Formats: sequence, C-alpha cells, structure tokens
Amino acid sequence: MSAGTIRSLLMGDKQADRVVPPTGFTARLTLFVSGAMAFLAVFALALSLASGRLADRWADELARSATLRINAPADQMADQTMMALEILRQTPGVAEARALTAEEQTALLSPWFGPNLPIDTLPVPQLIEVRETDEGYDQAGLRLRLSAEVPGAVLDDHTRWRDPLVAAATSLRRLALVSILLIGGATAAMITLAANAALAANAQVIEVLRLVGARDRFIASAFVRRFTLRALIGSSVGVVLGMGGVLLLPEASQEGGFLTGLGFRGVGWLLPLAVPIMGAAVAFAATWAAAHRTLKELT
Amino acid sequence: MIELDNVGYSYGGGELLGDVSVQLAPGSFHFLTGPSGAGKTTLLKLCYGALQPTAGQVRVFDEDMRKLDRDQMALMRRRIGVVHQDCRFLDHLPLSENIALPLLVSGKDLNGEEENLRELMKWVGLAPRADALPPELSGGERQRAALARAVIMSPDVVIADEPTGNVDWEMSQRLLQLLVELNRMGKTVLIASHDLGLIRAAKSQVQARVLRISNRRLQLAGADL
Repeated sequence: MSAGTIRSLLMGDKQADRVVPPTGFTARLTLFVSGAMAFLAVFALALSLASGRLADRWADELARSATLRINAPADQMADQTMMALEILRQTPGVAEARALTAEEQTALLSPWFGPNLPIDTLPVPQLIEVRETDEGYDQAGLRLRLSAEVPGAVLDDHTRWRDPLVAAATSLRRLALVSILLIGGATAAMITLAANAALAANAQVIEVLRLVGARDRFIASAFVRRFTLRALIGSSVGVVLGMGGVLLLPEASQEGGFLTGLGFRGVGWLLPLAVPIMGAAVAFAATWAAAHRTLKELT
Repeated sequence: MIELDNVGYSYGGGELLGDVSVQLAPGSFHFLTGPSGAGKTTLLKLCYGALQPTAGQVRVFDEDMRKLDRDQMALMRRRIGVVHQDCRFLDHLPLSENIALPLLVSGKDLNGEEENLRELMKWVGLAPRADALPPELSGGERQRAALARAVIMSPDVVIADEPTGNVDWEMSQRLLQLLVELNRMGKTVLIASHDLGLIRAAKSQVQARVLRISNRRLQLAGADL
C-alpha cells in the first residue's frame, strides 16, 4: 500500500462518507474500547519507563560504590579506621574513601531506632564509603590485605543485593512492555470485530456500490476512515485521562521508596502522545484487512 | 460490445445454460425472453460479470472477462448500465443521491453534473421526488429511478432485467419509451422480459431482435412474435 493510497483513504470526502449509513452504537463502542485501551496503555507505558529508570538508577548508584564496615572494640576503632582509610588510599581503582561522621551514622539508623536513642552509647560499627573509579579495584586483593592489617573490617560491595533488585525492576519493565503489546493486540481484535459487524450490517450497501462500479478501495475507505477516526478520537481522550491519572500519582520521595516516581519524566511525557497514533494505525490496518476479506467474497 | 462464445453455466452439478453464443453489436436492441427460471437473469449476469461462466468465454469491450481484475471489473461496470430486477438502492440516501451514486463512486465532480442529474430526473419523471427516500417510492418509481441510475454515466450498454416486472401497462410503456430513446442515442440495449406484449410494442418502434432461452439453449426467435 503506497503513501498515496493511505492518504486518499484517510482524506476522502464528506459525500463519499455518506454512502455508509451512520451507526451510533458500534461507533460509541469503538470509541469506548479505544479510549479504555489507550488509558491502560498510558499506565503500562508509565510503569515500563519508571521501572526502566529504577533499574538503571539502582544499577548505576550501587555499582560504583562499596561499604567497608569496621567492627572493633571502642578503643581500637579510631586506629583501625585510620589504617583502613590508609589502605584504601593506596589501593589502585578506589576513587574516594570517606569515613561517615557520627551524625551521618545516626541519620542512617534513626529510621530503625527512632530519633531519641543515644546511638553513641551503642557499639555501632564505623562505616567507610568507598567510591570506585571506572576501572574498579581488585576485590580479592583488597579483602586479603584488609584481613591481614585491619581484622575488624568487612568489605560489602553491594552486588549481593543489587542484582535481585535490578532483576526485579527489569522483569517489571518486561511485563509492562508485554502489556502494551497485549493492549495493542486486543485493540486490533476488538476493532476487527466491530468492523466485521459493520461490514456485515452494510452488506447490501457494499453490494449496491460494487454493482454501480465502485472500486474496492472506495468501499473499503468508507469503513476504514470511520474506524480510524473513531480510534484516534477515542484513544486521544483515553490518553488525556490516563496522563491526568499519572499526573496525580505521588512524586518520587525517599519515604515512598520505589512505589513513588512511577510517572513520566521530561521528554517521557511526549511518549504517551504516540498512543493515539498507534491506536489509529492499528484500527486502520484491522479495518483494511477486514474490509478486504469481505470484499473478496463479492464479484 | 458484448460477445458470448459457447458459454455455459452450471451450478451444483446441473447445467442451466450451454453453448450460448451471441454478439451484441453496438447500437443493437435485444430482448431476451423465455419461461421463468430458464436462466434469463443468469445470462444477464454473465454479461456484466456478476457471474463467471463455467464454460466458454465472455468478451466485453473486446476484453476477456476472466482476465479482468477487481478494479478493471469495476471500471467495466461503469460502462454498462444495469437495471436490476429488484433494483436495490441505498435506503438512507435520498433519491437524487442514489441516482448520482455511480458518479460519486467513480470520482466525478458532482457539482459539475448537477444540471445533467436534474435533466435526467425530469426525463424519467422523478424530478418532484428528488428528496424522497427509496423505501417511500412506488414500484414504477423505483424502476424508473433504477433506469436513471443505470444511464447517468452515459454507458455504452444498458442491460435491464424485467424492467416492467411489477408495473402496470401504462408505466411499462413509459419505461420502454425511455429505453427506445436510449437506443436511438446509440446505446446497446438488452432487456430480459417475458412480457410478449411489451416486445411487440417495442418492435413497432425499433428494430429489436428477440433471443429466446429454451431447453438451456439460446435461440434467435423468428418473426413469429
């Protein structure tokens, strides 16, 4: 099908449209179905974008950092911390190593113990934040050296708990993408059914048109145009409502964890605008195929 | 114009028509007659491509009908005006738009043809009914509307299937008059009818040949009518 055919199918003229009698009921159903599907598609899209973002953020933030935990009796704590920092400074591949201050450690623990607990009376281990360079460091070598010189140090490189989180976010994204495909398929199926119903209801019209010398393209376009327009209008409304719904979702926040920040960001807001176009394209293809199947059976 | 060469048509194992050979020359006027169920409508359908022969060859405007694709078939139908036995219309459109339908589907400029349309409707005596919907029309009005629709594209051939089937004698005379006038304008006319009175009436006005289907064969009827 050439671009010209598609254009002439979509443009058409008012008079040619009148050859097919108006059908209020199927028209409203098609509008409703494409609207509902577009609404769902917006949420699936938001979920896929957000989970993708989440996976990237977790992978990115956690990949380049590690934590060194020093468990030592209170009197040796300062010495061992100094020693560990010194070793880290000498290790190639470590960009930065910094001991967390007492205030920072208190802030980390307060969600679990409450703000009023006197943490300085507890034997809290000292934490050292390690940032890697792009090349990374030799983990085994560092562990070996630490165990020899700083017996109380435990290196935690975050990989252990990063991987399942990233995997979860990735499969969430895959699920959202599959949902979008299913929504597209379901839209195509429903519009095919509606188009078949319309074609069957107008069998006499089609026969008369064929007998007075109408080409298949003329007859098909009368139907294709209708369903494409209905899908376009319906899914536009659905997308507007869906984007409104996403707009009302809570902003990303520390307290909400990964359940917030599910909406669109920046140019991501433009992506749902493609949904009506896709919906119209699906309707176009589905009606075109249905019309041609029906017409082939006529002489 | 239309040539049938040893054409046969069978369905479900039974032969309806066989060895039909006839040529409709440009400007000729033919009647097709025969008892009900003899295959008059089938033969007409073979002539305008609504049916494909099961044997032999149909040539329309020097082209083998079987070799036409769907679009070429549509273009061919614009050159053959057909008045169907049950003259179907688009019931949701007023009469004037139904008559102009062939213009619309062939992409003609409707505004440019408005004068033609008005004249044509006057010619078939339907000008006052231009805004009526097809279900509101009487049998005779439907037949005349179908004839107007068949000729609006100024076709080379007009085929009519029992155009006087359900109208009274006076109305059938009027329809015949219209078809005779078309023939005088140079159109090839083929009318299926079992109304011998009508055929006799036509013979006094135009040089009509009568084809008769009997025993599944097409014969040229003599002057015995």
